[in-house]
Amino acid sequence: MHNKTVSELIDDIKNKKVSSLELTKHFISRIKKLDKKLNSFITITEEHALREAKKIDADIAKGIIKPLSGIPFAQKDIFCTKNIKTTCGSKMLENFISPYDATVVEKLNNAGMIIIGKTNMDEFAMGSSNETSYFGDVKNPWDLDFVPGGSSGGSAASVSARLIPCSTGTDTGGSIRQPASLCGVCGIKPTYGRVSRYGMIAFASSLDQAGVFTTTAKDCAILLSHISGYDPKDSTSSREPVPDYHSDCLKKFKPLKIGIPREFLDGLDTNVREVFDDSIKVFEANGCSIKKISLKSSKISVSAYQVVAPAECSSNLSRFDGVRYGYRAESVKNIDELYKKSRSQGFGQEVKRRILIGTYALSAGYYDAYYLKAQKIRKIISNEFAQAFKDVDLVLGPTAPDSAFKIGEKSNDPIAMYLSDIFTVSANLAGLPAMSIPMGFKNKLPLGLQIIGNHFDEPKILSLACHFQNITDWHTKKPKISGD
Amino acid sequence: MVLIGLHFQDTLNMDKTTIIKIADLAKIEIKDDELNDITDSLKKILNLVDEMNSVKTDDVVPMSHPLNLSQELRKDEVLEDNKRDIFQKDNKYTENGYYKVPKIID
Amino acid sequence: MWNPVIGLEIHVQLNTKSKIFSSASTNFGANQNTQACAIDLGMPGVLPVLNEQAVFMAIKFGLAIGAKISNNSIFARKNYFYPDLPKGYQISQYETPIVSGGSINIESENTTKKINITRAHLEEDAGKSIHDLYEDESAIDLNRAGIPLIEIVSEPEMSSANEAVQYLKKMHSLIKYLNISDGNMEEGSFRCDANISLKKSESKILGTRAEIKNINSFKFVENAINFEINRQSQILNDGGTIIQETRLYNSSKNETKSMRSKEEANDYRYFPDPDLLPVSISKKLIEEIKNSMPELPENKKKRFMSQYGLSDYDTSILITDRELSEFFEEVLNKKELNPKLTANWIITEMLALAKKSNLDVKDYPVTSEDLAILLTYIKDEVISSKQAKKIFERMWMNKEKPQEIIENEGLEQISDLGELNKIVDNIIKNNYKSVEDYQSGKTKLLGFFVGQVMKETQGKANPKIVNKLLKEKLKK
Repeated sequence: MHNKTVSELIDDIKNKKVSSLELTKHFISRIKKLDKKLNSFITITEEHALREAKKIDADIAKGIIKPLSGIPFAQKDIFCTKNIKTTCGSKMLENFISPYDATVVEKLNNAGMIIIGKTNMDEFAMGSSNETSYFGDVKNPWDLDFVPGGSSGGSAASVSARLIPCSTGTDTGGSIRQPASLCGVCGIKPTYGRVSRYGMIAFASSLDQAGVFTTTAKDCAILLSHISGYDPKDSTSSREPVPDYHSDCLKKFKPLKIGIPREFLDGLDTNVREVFDDSIKVFEANGCSIKKISLKSSKISVSAYQVVAPAECSSNLSRFDGVRYGYRAESVKNIDELYKKSRSQGFGQEVKRRILIGTYALSAGYYDAYYLKAQKIRKIISNEFAQAFKDVDLVLGPTAPDSAFKIGEKSNDPIAMYLSDIFTVSANLAGLPAMSIPMGFKNKLPLGLQIIGNHFDEPKILSLACHFQNITDWHTKKPKISGD
Repeated sequence: MVLIGLHFQDTLNMDKTTIIKIADLAKIEIKDDELNDITDSLKKILNLVDEMNSVKTDDVVPMSHPLNLSQELRKDEVLEDNKRDIFQKDNKYTENGYYKVPKIID
Repeated sequence: MWNPVIGLEIHVQLNTKSKIFSSASTNFGANQNTQACAIDLGMPGVLPVLNEQAVFMAIKFGLAIGAKISNNSIFARKNYFYPDLPKGYQISQYETPIVSGGSINIESENTTKKINITRAHLEEDAGKSIHDLYEDESAIDLNRAGIPLIEIVSEPEMSSANEAVQYLKKMHSLIKYLNISDGNMEEGSFRCDANISLKKSESKILGTRAEIKNINSFKFVENAINFEINRQSQILNDGGTIIQETRLYNSSKNETKSMRSKEEANDYRYFPDPDLLPVSISKKLIEEIKNSMPELPENKKKRFMSQYGLSDYDTSILITDRELSEFFEEVLNKKELNPKLTANWIITEMLALAKKSNLDVKDYPVTSEDLAILLTYIKDEVISSKQAKKIFERMWMNKEKPQEIIENEGLEQISDLGELNKIVDNIIKNNYKSVEDYQSGKTKLLGFFVGQVMKETQGKANPKIVNKLLKEKLKK
């Protein structure tokens, strides 16, 4: 059951081959059995899930069936869920229970899905390895000594290990795509503004987007339709109509023009390069034209990102002061101490580091040199992509410079850590949709192929991805976890 | 408004004094034994960031939103009712509906 | 020797129904934290959405002062920590205010002086901190957090406390005219900060300025500014220097004191708020709002003076309050009445009673219709002015109708010549000594005779007719 795709499970439920309760119980017991090895969940919502599953089954018996009725899944613990803890991977929100649902949560609940748990993540979405969570590291199911990637490490690992058929994630600089790549699953970050950010705890508001993890591109397409759409509660969401992404996937494949930036290949690891080249050959063999392009500014994209993201997060995280909710330090002498102790005790090192950099970048005298400069670089990067998309339909490259690294290997070297995002941040800076799908292995650890499209060109991305998965079978490979 | 701000200097001015000022602005406490490490990592990050200077941006208009959209306006209607008890349910530092903080002396 | 240079910043609460970025209520006086929703509380994950009314009101204000309306204005975050600021930043505007430029005219030393406005921008109000409820703690109420404000910044062009007060009064009247705020200073919907410096009369170089914060009455503004001017001149005369700082005005001691608050050491790190998009304002929208604007005080004044022939003084009083000016015109429109007499009645009789009862026009117990009826009775000589005054008092105190009072008490004036002739003749007959005195030159005694007739008729005799008859009959 757990090796089935969302698409298959939808059919099984519709055809009454399995009940929602059976499915839910199955995944819950799998999680209970195996997650101690992975630590991909912070909260398992067993009671809630069983209750909802029973309700769904009762509805189905009456003939009421919704598009995703009874499909169990997990929410990254960054999405506010009513009456279920939302910790954001932090001590600051260790016991926070939101009185409202995020729009993404509401939409998937309304589609009939069942939340089985909240997944582990880098604290406040800051990280590329899921080693900064207050609730412990998440392990890569392919090798427990290795990182799953971050910040949505828990969401990627749990899908990879087939503990759930799909999960939600968020991507600010690569936090869906990079863990998808390292864990050998599919992960999509939609166009900025495609999905509502309401109820999604903010890291960097002009970069954050919600997305999903699945085992197949087709599943991504199904879920994407359900989470997308204009939300009046999010001023930055777009009114662009939501197509039926699934049907786009099923259409006959139309060959596309693919661009490969030379900057993405410069100095690339030879194994990764080989695997990538093989993937490109698949596309060539299927009528796609391949063109070498240049995205000159991608080299400084990480620099620009490391100003914009910390700057916005330094402001977004100011609300965590212990006064109205969240962690509050005891026995403080005055208001200044209340703020400083609550925040210093509630936040981890990486969060503090980014708040400090962000505060510095915005401070008097530095704003022009840092924040403003970075916003200009964004414009340049965006223009470069716009130019490229005049000639090509999609831009491809490896999602990450290498396969997963060992736990602890980069945790003391923030720069090395930030550079794992070198291929992914440009899409966030320009607001472009991008997806990672499995493309092979290096030393038995998965590698991901990144597909970047123009604004709202998710159909093209999904079309290419689905087609790739019709021909290759990398996406069917599963990790073997001891005890499974 | 008096700005006891930071004077404009070379970009690589991430020294301990600066960090202490920034930490105060951000209401983050840095312990003495942490100061060296933090200064070090912040310096490294700024080094990375300074690579932005390799690109000329004099005539570029900064971007703040990836899509060129305008702000939508909301109708002026009251749609929220009193949910104070729900919001304050888990907060023991409230009394009579007020949030409480250590006394502020202006 | 020292010329005061004064600039004013006014924070006006806009009287929208809901807050600027959330749909919580803005009603004054609600129980603490009962009008603070998730957005106002700065809960995790929530996002601001802009209230259209706040934008329309800002545009209205901009048009009224002849300012430029930005067609691409941006909201910025002003970052600092304070318990009444839930997000740790205030959403305000920095480099691109919605309104810039513009001016208003004030009366200063018998001339009109133009005061230019630098800018006016939209922002959200903070909550309230109450420090005297608990011994060791401060109490925070966030009902006010998120109420829309428009911050109006003037150029430093006022040169005296009086000019500053004139400016404030003009602004106050304007925002009430536009119906964008109730301008209630006690409730905090109209707050003023003053920036004061002194410069040498011959010099163009401005001195260092001090900011005086949150003064909440016109009288206090005048006092605070005068105190500050004094304080600064004393320092400068002694050869000292002025420190650029924020000071608070203490009304009971009538002095300003330096504020030693952390806010001063702040670097606000303004940057465009990434949760909000640029506000695009079309020419069409501006036209629509222009067409919906009420008549502005200056235009109304000109019109009243020319259309009704009223004096500058009388007009000024009538137009101070838009609702009063509308009341006046309503009365005129109900019946054909003399504008000057109507204005006079309103200014002398009605406003006196209104002041005593401390009521706003909308709460007046006498309707424009009823006042029109009363004034018509005077015009038609059904009653005398003196009677009318007493009747009006009853209308005001007891909400009685003039027709009813007059009918029930038979107060109609006696204007019948036959009847009055008889009474006058009677009085003359019974007071022959006084008649003699009158005829020998003591013409002041006319009043005595009139009084007697009035006594005889319980004050109902038509005084004009009585006067005429007496003068005729008392002739030798």
